[in-house]
Amino acid sequence: MLDIATAYNKYQYLGNDFLTWIWFMIETDQPLPEIPVAGEAIRLEVGNSLVLENSLGDKSKERVTIKGDQAGLEEGATALKKGAKVTEMNLIMKCGEEEEYKFTIKGESFNLTGFKTPSMARAENEDEIEGMVLEKAYFIFKVTQVIDTLFLKFLETCSADDWKTGGLQQMREWVYRY
Amino acid sequence: MGFLSNTHSLSRYHIEGEFDGSTMEEVRNGLIQNAIPKLESDYEELTMGWTPFESPYDPDFERFSCIFGTYFLFSMRIDKKSIPAKLVQKQMAIEIEKRKETSGRDFVSKNEKSEIKEMILDVLLSKMPAIPSVYDVLWDYENKNLFLFSTQKAANELFETLFLKSFGLKAIRLFPYTIVEKKSDIKETVKDRIYTLSPLKLAR
Repeated sequence: MLDIATAYNKYQYLGNDFLTWIWFMIETDQPLPEIPVAGEAIRLEVGNSLVLENSLGDKSKERVTIKGDQAGLEEGATALKKGAKVTEMNLIMKCGEEEEYKFTIKGESFNLTGFKTPSMARAENEDEIEGMVLEKAYFIFKVTQVIDTLFLKFLETCSADDWKTGGLQQMREWVYRY
Repeated sequence: MGFLSNTHSLSRYHIEGEFDGSTMEEVRNGLIQNAIPKLESDYEELTMGWTPFESPYDPDFERFSCIFGTYFLFSMRIDKKSIPAKLVQKQMAIEIEKRKETSGRDFVSKNEKSEIKEMILDVLLSKMPAIPSVYDVLWDYENKNLFLFSTQKAANELFETLFLKSFGLKAIRLFPYTIVEKKSDIKETVKDRIYTLSPLKLAR
């Protein structure tokens, strides 16, 4: 295994490419893989923010940030055409009828911020705290397992022999149709 | 109780290694031995240690449990004293003037200045209350997963140091590369293909 700091910098593009792929999967209504831990079908939506970055050769970067609940994402597609990648995105994950999660994920670190899990009943006494902790832990593990499963699926897809003629081609067509 | 609040920020870890003895005992002992001191130190700029999840300001692991179902849940507390640079600057100017008066000289040497600065920092540190920051930690020992409820670089680094010191186990940050290495059963040959993938090029 590589040194952690070296690996973090060297392979951060894998996380950014993954988020770009997730955006493509959402926008083109591609079915997400079955995720055993989720139990029910997972639906993802782009939430209220999307950040794209484009390295400009030297150390400078071009950054496009789109924010707002009903924001149009055309500028994001334009940035993709210029070579940018999604580096951060707010996602809404729905599982079944009742569970809704919101979070912002960063491509390079997979850190989650602004993470909201489904609402829980307030604990009336100390004995109920354990129940709340376990429920909260279940929600958090569920989201991270979904992310890991999707990420590994992405890696499987783009390391397959037909990636360049299949998936990659579809992504390019999507970007230029946008 | 940040962990039970509505919104979270979190980073993920894979825990390398296992305990030889009883897991519960090892975790409990590690927490007790490295709990944050009950009394604030006058002269330490930064103090850190573990505290129970349910009692962030009273690090009493005898009264409060760290076991919740199959998880360990506790908190890391960092108490930090921050002395504003302008305050040091002001005290320095006052003290230098006093020194000039008492010595009858119209200058203060470099050595004296650093002596004065040290003394001022000591005085200010002893007067300044530490600001506590509490970060919850959820540890699924069985599956080697851990969440730190922080994405601040400094807090993460302090956590990694304190965790290793307390439990003798290494907490490895999970990000794209380490997820492949530690959380997947991808074969080596496929890993090689993944690591030689070129970044996506969507521009025509």
